[in-house]
Amino acid sequence: MPDVITVESLRKVYPAPAGRPRRGPPMRGSGPPPAAPQEPPRVTAEGIVALDTLDLTIRDGELFGLLGPNGAGKSTTIGILTTRIIPTGGRATVAGHDVVTASARVRQHIGVVPQRPNPDRSLSTLENLAFHAAYFGIPFAQAERSGRALLERLGIADKAHAKVDALSGGQQQRLMIARALIHEPTVIFLDEPTVGLDPQARLDLWEILRDLHAQGRTIIMTTHYMEEADQLCDRIAIVDRGRLLACDTPEALKARAPGGTLIEVTLDGVATDVAAAARAVPGITRAEAQGPVLQAYSAREGEAIPDLIKVAGAHGRTVTNIHLTSPSLESLFISMTGRKLA
Amino acid sequence: MSATATAGRVAAAASAAERPPVSRLSVFGALLRRDVRVARRELPYFLVRTIMQPVLFLIVFGFLLPKMGFVQAGYTSALLPGILAVSLTLSSVQSVALPMVQDFGFTREIEDRLLAPVPMQLIAIEKVVAGALQGVIAAAVVLPIARVIMGPIPDLHLANVPWILGVTLLGSTLFASLGLWIGTVISATQIGLMFSIIIAPMLMFGCAYYPWRGLDAVPAFKYGVLVNPMVYVAEAMRGALTPSLPHMPLAVSCAAMGGLTVLFLWLGLRTFRRRSLS
Ligand SMILES: Nc1ncnc2c1ncn2[C@@H]1O[C@H](COP(=O)(O)OP(=O)(O)OP(=O)(O)O)[C@@H](O)[C@H]1O
Ligand SMILES: [Mg+2]
Repeated sequence: MPDVITVESLRKVYPAPAGRPRRGPPMRGSGPPPAAPQEPPRVTAEGIVALDTLDLTIRDGELFGLLGPNGAGKSTTIGILTTRIIPTGGRATVAGHDVVTASARVRQHIGVVPQRPNPDRSLSTLENLAFHAAYFGIPFAQAERSGRALLERLGIADKAHAKVDALSGGQQQRLMIARALIHEPTVIFLDEPTVGLDPQARLDLWEILRDLHAQGRTIIMTTHYMEEADQLCDRIAIVDRGRLLACDTPEALKARAPGGTLIEVTLDGVATDVAAAARAVPGITRAEAQGPVLQAYSAREGEAIPDLIKVAGAHGRTVTNIHLTSPSLESLFISMTGRKLA
Repeated sequence: MSATATAGRVAAAASAAERPPVSRLSVFGALLRRDVRVARRELPYFLVRTIMQPVLFLIVFGFLLPKMGFVQAGYTSALLPGILAVSLTLSSVQSVALPMVQDFGFTREIEDRLLAPVPMQLIAIEKVVAGALQGVIAAAVVLPIARVIMGPIPDLHLANVPWILGVTLLGSTLFASLGLWIGTVISATQIGLMFSIIIAPMLMFGCAYYPWRGLDAVPAFKYGVLVNPMVYVAEAMRGALTPSLPHMPLAVSCAAMGGLTVLFLWLGLRTFRRRSLS
């Protein structure tokens, strides 16, 4: 199958905001420990490194997932592929056209659902669709007809003539999905499309995505929901801090997940010493410290918990929370990035 | 699922093939159609926004003051072309700059147009064309109103229709281009500031309410105001509407308008590009 999207050593450095001091490494030690340790983006003399030599190929007709914590560079990747962001280095093509030198040709093939709804607020819901189609050369009357059908399908037909300001957040999100489909693109980008949708709307969108997939369209989506990626995607790329950590089918990725159950023990202080000691606990195959969180992989499910609590106590730490995760995409993700999805 | 996927893929093979490029003209038409629809919906605001100021001025300076005898009767002939210049200026600048600020605001509404499969500059150029059309409309609306308020204007010479239209169109394009530049440079919070520090001085020192030749009395001003693009529009209007009265040679004012249009368009397209891409 031919490649629809190729990404070669793609790099994006945003100019650092002027005047603000550069952010250093994450604070460790004193002060109340942060709930979820978040590493700041890499800031160099050039600026904020959002993408650091990313390579990817996406094949025709694939439903491809981009997974990564906040600030990983997912939206930047989608922005570059949809010709809205100019890369600092590297090369990317969509449908055989370079995203920088032939951006208009690229746009002809793509539909985009942005992370934040950006409807044309001077127009009604239906007009948003009809005009968007018209910008792709589709005759207006025909565009209005397919617009109505799409609104029906996304369950907002009753809002066809409403001003978009009168739509709820989730309804605006559905409008964005309709807008991305109105001109029948062959490659569809969705940046966290299910955020803000209620459970039913989310399932409906899954159904739509499966339909589009069955029609042979290529779909690239980012998501924070593991089970969404697991259930929908043919392949998943895990990115963190602008780098590709893994790219494979959900099955193959799950097979790579570290063996055993992940036990996360949150302490009232930095977990470094506790992690070192925890490695000696019987049944613990691996233990890392992430700020105040001890991440231990256990071959015997939760049996090691009492021992871990004892080890923590021996180092003068109190346990504030314990969380178990069975082997899954999620535990692979955490073992690779040291972080949970936001 | 994989069975349907395979079956569907065959059907979609044709759609995945290279598509013929979309005609730029049809996309331009769609963009213009959108702006016309929005403008029509906002017509009352548009009229208030653009003709209120010139009409108030007409009432005071074209009707009340002559009636009181504070200004000579001939003043209306000097005022009319200037008032038309004010109308088209206000309308062209605002109809491009104000929506542009919103388009590039927090939600970046312009994204749906930036995804159109045409060179990005086409979107900016369409905005300028739509803005220029609104400038022409504003001038066309104000002309009869002015005639009604001021009564007969002795030196008005409407025979020169091609010149009048040409000057109106060129002036409107000039200020629509300026609107593109302003709209892509300022942020929503600076709109008020734009009126006080750009638009207001431009109108007052634009030779709209007095002819440029009148500034012979104040040479420093006479040459200082030449940086103001409005001067050329007002003077060209005088050349076209009241050719028998003193005015800057039409060739000079039109050349200046042309040059400034190119300059503002170049600046505006540059900042538009910068704002459109990260
Ligand atoms: N316009 C910008 N100017 C400066 N820095 C930016 C800009 N856009 C993104 N960044 C930075 O680039 C990095 C990657 O951002 P990006 O939006 O691609 O992340 P993401 O993976 O989509 O995250 P999220 O899950 O939160 O949407 C972040 O560190 C962000 O702060
Ligand atoms: Mg994002």
